[in-house]
Amino acid sequence: MKSVLPLSTVLAALFVLWYGFAVWMNSPLQRDLFANAGNTAYSSSDLAVAALNMERPKLPAPHQVAGELYHLIIATAPDSKRSLVYHASITLQETLIGFFFGSLFGIGLAVAIVFVRPLERSLMPWIVASQTVPIIALAPMIVVILNQFDIGGMTPKAVIAAYLSFFPITVGMVKGLRSPDPLQLDLMRTYSATSSQMLFKLRTPSSLPFFFASMKIGAAAALVGAVIAEVTKSEDGGLGARLLAGSYYGQTVQIWAALFTAAALSGALVGAIGLVGRLTLRKMAFPT
Amino acid sequence: MPEAAKSDDFVIDVTDLSLTFETSDGPVKALSGVDLKIARGEFVSFIGPSGCGKTTLLRTVADLEQPSSGSIKVNGMTPSEARLNRAYGYVFQAPALYPWRTVASNIALPLEIMGVPKAERATRVARGLDLVNLSGFGNKYPWQLSGGMQQRASIARALSFDPDLLLMDEPFGALDEIVRDMLNEQLLRLWEKTGKTALFVTHSIPEAVFLSTRIVVMSPRPGRIHDVIECKFPRDRTLDIRETPAFLEVANRVRHGLREGHSYDV
Repeated sequence: MKSVLPLSTVLAALFVLWYGFAVWMNSPLQRDLFANAGNTAYSSSDLAVAALNMERPKLPAPHQVAGELYHLIIATAPDSKRSLVYHASITLQETLIGFFFGSLFGIGLAVAIVFVRPLERSLMPWIVASQTVPIIALAPMIVVILNQFDIGGMTPKAVIAAYLSFFPITVGMVKGLRSPDPLQLDLMRTYSATSSQMLFKLRTPSSLPFFFASMKIGAAAALVGAVIAEVTKSEDGGLGARLLAGSYYGQTVQIWAALFTAAALSGALVGAIGLVGRLTLRKMAFPT
Repeated sequence: MPEAAKSDDFVIDVTDLSLTFETSDGPVKALSGVDLKIARGEFVSFIGPSGCGKTTLLRTVADLEQPSSGSIKVNGMTPSEARLNRAYGYVFQAPALYPWRTVASNIALPLEIMGVPKAERATRVARGLDLVNLSGFGNKYPWQLSGGMQQRASIARALSFDPDLLLMDEPFGALDEIVRDMLNEQLLRLWEKTGKTALFVTHSIPEAVFLSTRIVVMSPRPGRIHDVIECKFPRDRTLDIRETPAFLEVANRVRHGLREGHSYDV
């Protein structure tokens, strides 16, 4: 593990910076709090310690976030509505459902584009346009429209997750399915291979490195989509709902704890896909 | 030899073939007025400088390029019919083995595509590996093989479905001299044993003279046939033949032909 030292160095630097920023950002507020309480005889170290342990700091200190994470993940029952495990599992379900259908749609679109050349010109601008609409504006519309058809619960959120995840998968898979070199394609032509043989025996295996790369981006995008959808429609819970509730009540520690949980979830998803990818590609003798 | 052969015995029959590529710099005449008949069982080499259209001619025979004018018949069919009939095996400059397949499964690829049953595939792959002296390497991946072995695997792949016609585009161009000599001898034995018709593109005069029954010397701008040289060495010749005066005489004629074809733009 050659990466341990550089990684931990960066991590340590981040912690130092974070603590520095926390003191700098929270001190003015803490000074006011001291003043209101009539406390004037405090040293600067008193101020720093207090600024790092406020109830509603502008920027919570790492140990506060860690404490909140411990409290809400380990010390709280997983089925409690305060538990981050409970909310993370809601987000994870929406993400996975959305990611699954987003991948199917994205791959299907890529296959269509590769096989029917004119589709690239006619579809690609729309696909790109679909991603330029800010999702935060679109998400409530999707929820409202689906609600009109009595589709509620997890589905609208999975739809929004799918909406964000299909795009990188389509772009990556189009590139992947087109990655065979001219010689490999000519070879198939000399055998008079059919389009589907070309797809399954050449294009699909060649696209695998691109497939796993796109899946990683798609999974992370799906999680972002699910969280945004939860902010839009927060009554069913989820990490996005926790973010929203935290910002209503100025619970910055809660927000940061939810953020870290979301990041960890995303990291775990991407890591799992990366692992499966590495093992598969190695087995198929791709240079990895 | 072509004079003696009956007309329906021509595997390749090219008449007044021209091919012009439209490029952004204007049209490029890759082939112009090419006439050529090749009888069954011949080994014909195409030699000439870069841009003389030898690869293009081979690709046109294989239906990988479309002629602009003239006619071309492969086994009496159009190239596209011949391709759909799987009339030929093509060996490219690079082995073009699929890296995710083992050597055996690369050789089985055309058989899979042509719907050959699994058991039959296995026996044919074993025979193919044996033919190119790669028995025992079937389970290896391409990257575990040397360049020469990879190219031998690609020859086995081209032969796996037993086409009568073998089209080879500088198959040994990227290999060193010693490996190339060895493969030339093996290829000659293979041709002798199977009686296939071979079209072979090369840059090397000794290679062409050693392997061929006829050598087609081509010249560039526009790509055309400059000369066709008969080369009647016994089928069971070995590499030693390259020291003989007869061999050197044919090699000299090829060299002269190449120089003449080239002279106008030197």
